[in-house]
Amino acid sequence: MSELINSSLRELSAALAAKKVSAVELAALFLDRIERLNPGLNAFIALDRDKTLAQAQAADETRRVGAGAPAISPLCGIPLAHKDIFCTRGWRTSCGSKMLENFVAPYDAHVVEKLAGAGMVMLGKLNMDEFAMGSSNESSYFGPVKNPWDISCVPGGSSGGSAAAIAARLTPAATGTDTGGSIRQPAALCGLTGLKPTYGAVSRYGMIAFASSLDQAGPMAKSAEDCALLLNAMAGFDARDSTSLERPAEDYTRDLDQPAALQGLRIGLPREFFGAGMDEDVRAAVEAALAEYRKLGATTVEVQLPNSGLSVPAYYVIAPAEASSNLSRFDGVRYGYRAPDYADLAEMYSRSRAQGFGAEVKRRILIGTYVLSHGYYDAYYLQAQKIRRLIAADFKAAFQQCDVIMGPTSPSVAFAFGAKSADPVQMYLSDIYTISTNLAGLPGMSLPCGFGRNNMPVGLQIIGNLFDEARMLNVAHKYQQVTDWHTRMPEGLK
Amino acid sequence: MTRAAQWEVVIGLETHAQLQTRSKIFSGSSIAFGAEPNVQASAVDIALPGVLPVLNREAVVCAIKFGLAVGATIAPRSVFARKNYFYPDLPKGYQISQFEIPVVSGGGLAIRLGAGDTASEKFVHLTRAHLEEDAGKSLHEDFHGRTGIDLNRAGTPLLEIVTEPDMRSSAEAVAYARALHALVQWIGICDGNMQEGSFRCDANVSVRRPGEPLGTRREIKNLNSFRFMQQAIDFEVQWQIAEIEEGRAIRQATVLFDPDTGETRSMRTKEDAHDYRYFPDPDLLPLEIKADWIDEVKSGLPELPQAMQQRFQSELGLSPYDAAALTASREMAAYFEAALESAGRENAKPVANWIMGELSARLNKEGLEIAAAPLSAPQLAGIVRRIADNTISNKIARDVFDALWAGDGKDADAVISARGWKQITDTGAIEALVDEVLAANQKSVDEYRAGKEKAVNALVGQAMKATRGKANPQQVTDLLKKKLGA
Repeated sequence: MSELINSSLRELSAALAAKKVSAVELAALFLDRIERLNPGLNAFIALDRDKTLAQAQAADETRRVGAGAPAISPLCGIPLAHKDIFCTRGWRTSCGSKMLENFVAPYDAHVVEKLAGAGMVMLGKLNMDEFAMGSSNESSYFGPVKNPWDISCVPGGSSGGSAAAIAARLTPAATGTDTGGSIRQPAALCGLTGLKPTYGAVSRYGMIAFASSLDQAGPMAKSAEDCALLLNAMAGFDARDSTSLERPAEDYTRDLDQPAALQGLRIGLPREFFGAGMDEDVRAAVEAALAEYRKLGATTVEVQLPNSGLSVPAYYVIAPAEASSNLSRFDGVRYGYRAPDYADLAEMYSRSRAQGFGAEVKRRILIGTYVLSHGYYDAYYLQAQKIRRLIAADFKAAFQQCDVIMGPTSPSVAFAFGAKSADPVQMYLSDIYTISTNLAGLPGMSLPCGFGRNNMPVGLQIIGNLFDEARMLNVAHKYQQVTDWHTRMPEGLK
Repeated sequence: MTRAAQWEVVIGLETHAQLQTRSKIFSGSSIAFGAEPNVQASAVDIALPGVLPVLNREAVVCAIKFGLAVGATIAPRSVFARKNYFYPDLPKGYQISQFEIPVVSGGGLAIRLGAGDTASEKFVHLTRAHLEEDAGKSLHEDFHGRTGIDLNRAGTPLLEIVTEPDMRSSAEAVAYARALHALVQWIGICDGNMQEGSFRCDANVSVRRPGEPLGTRREIKNLNSFRFMQQAIDFEVQWQIAEIEEGRAIRQATVLFDPDTGETRSMRTKEDAHDYRYFPDPDLLPLEIKADWIDEVKSGLPELPQAMQQRFQSELGLSPYDAAALTASREMAAYFEAALESAGRENAKPVANWIMGELSARLNKEGLEIAAAPLSAPQLAGIVRRIADNTISNKIARDVFDALWAGDGKDADAVISARGWKQITDTGAIEALVDEVLAANQKSVDEYRAGKEKAVNALVGQAMKATRGKANPQQVTDLLKKKLGA
């Protein structure tokens, strides 16, 4: 049964349907693995074996009662884990912060509700950068997550717990969120496939807000096929999120089995993504992947994203601005951390927030407060919004010439702990290739395309036009049918 | 020259009208007043992590109604913004409001000043009206040095209505506030309950010497009665004039009115004012209002008081004063129109008089609203009709009114016939009566004949007394004069 840790979601689904394994057995398999391996990785920060097994039992019951019924989701009985940014009823939802160390959500996030509705079994909650602010998972109050490929390296962030857990086969799938690259960058650094959907495709209800106009939840798993199955369950209109898109439901797996989909596919290669700043090992792996795509019938064309150089500065105005306001609710009044001693109201606020938030969160609140202040708003916030529109226009023009855009996900493979944490700007530049898609609201994904320095995974990024997730997943899937990078797992954890 | 004449008072008002929606502006919680603390506070209202606002379309309908009623422009696209500040009863740490692009801009209200011959009209221009959410309440009593937080009110929909600095006296400010108060109730967007805080005003007050630029203003917050508004503004004006005359400059400030002392006192000055760091709320899309939505709301809007006043004057010949009084509230106007329908348009003036006179006095005395009057509009119309056709006199009519008010009888005719109050109009009967009176009051007859014309009144009085008021006084008078003159 232990071979199931490497199975795809379709294989797990088939095994469950054929009663070769029960949801309870599957959950126990992963829970045992978590118990054994998580202490060395720190990917899970909340576990509740009884709750998990009860959910698995219910899934088995659903499959038993409704055997063969079309209403049963193929995901029923398959385990997954949630990034701790999603509210989960009855589970601690910390967002990686001391501020919410003791916060138990009284309700489920939309995404959690949808996946539970499909019968998926929740293994636990996953570590993350505090309030999703970080690219290395070093800002978590619960300690850093280690990269299963090399535990001296970061797993990326902010969905580092999700990435490490899947890479170590502690869960077959996980949810993540991506505000500036937080699904794609850790997926790349841990050798996984992860997708950030079009802004508005997945409801943000119950997902603790970092930067509301950029945040988007998405699936993380081993393959594009797995991500397509997960996205089917996650996406869809939700009246509780005003930015949720009211579109007919889509089957993201619909194109996966169509042959010859890459014939005539035009792949845009932004000149700005292939210049200086990218490590040579990353470049080599990405170029090799592109060569593979050409072999499969695709053509490549150079495109330009002239304003992409402005994406990091624009992002680091808009995201902190929204965050400074979004995080105001953590004031120690109604829930969350409250300082033990204070003389008056002002002190209660300042001490609770000073003690409850970590350094990176405070830095971003300060930046955001500053750029929204009277006299600076026009110079920073409004300018950044203008850049945002220019970046979106660049992509629109580029998609006149190509069907998808490809490039590196991250400029380097996973780096060592502490390598960038002393220099915020260096850290912020880790997301240089991913941020522009968030600013433009476009879907983006990362898939493994080889190994670089120290045998660490390299990610290939695919950026699609709005609502083009099905095509992107297909493009990634075709590549994964002829390569095996996505099936590799860290040697030491077998 | 008096001191008042040397100074011009400049007032602008900001009014928060609580909208009569079923639920909150961004959540499904009830907004009913008076519930136990925090029972009407949902996950969204208490700002749990991860919750999101969803705009209540009913609140927008209220804003559109208001915009139409004041002749304002309704923005095809307006934007919700976050107003950021920390306060324990503000759960998100920001209030969702509208800042740069409000839903309603421009328009205005005509107000009437004074009464009778000295009455005049003035038009108060509105700057804007925008949608926003209310905060919760901090309860500083009953917690022994601690503060309780009640979030039932958090998220209640408000329309903030802002005027231009058009008003020049506390009387004008109160007249505007009253007109606005009547209008928001008239169009059904606010219950107008000032005690419960459904309608509260902030007054921006400054003074200047005529012709000079605007003076520095101070804002009096949370005026929740028209009397307090008048007192607060009057005090504030005198205070500001005294300060300036004693050589001190006015500093921009927010002040509170203390009804116990009748004084205003500074709460905070501009120096410690917040930087609210407004920015568009990324959780909400811009509010788009298309023309057909406006048309739909328009078709459901009642006739507005201003239009109704015009109609009462031109079609019914009522005075501007009567027309204004009868449109003081929609219930009053509805009563009048229902009575008119039953009494006939030729009786518009007497119907108006009965409503503004006897009926209003009685309602006032018993503390009732017109909608709760025990006497229905058709019943009142029945009385007026019987006066008009000489069935009863005005005096008897008041008795009929009392009887119907008390519930004795289904209509005027029933009361009149049950009590035998029908006026005696039979000429033969009246003639016999007059003869009796003349025979019994020789003294008055002699006086009259001696040239004292007023003596006839005594004779009329005797005749009326003998019929217990049922004779037609005019008929009796005419007949007496005829006989005396013979």
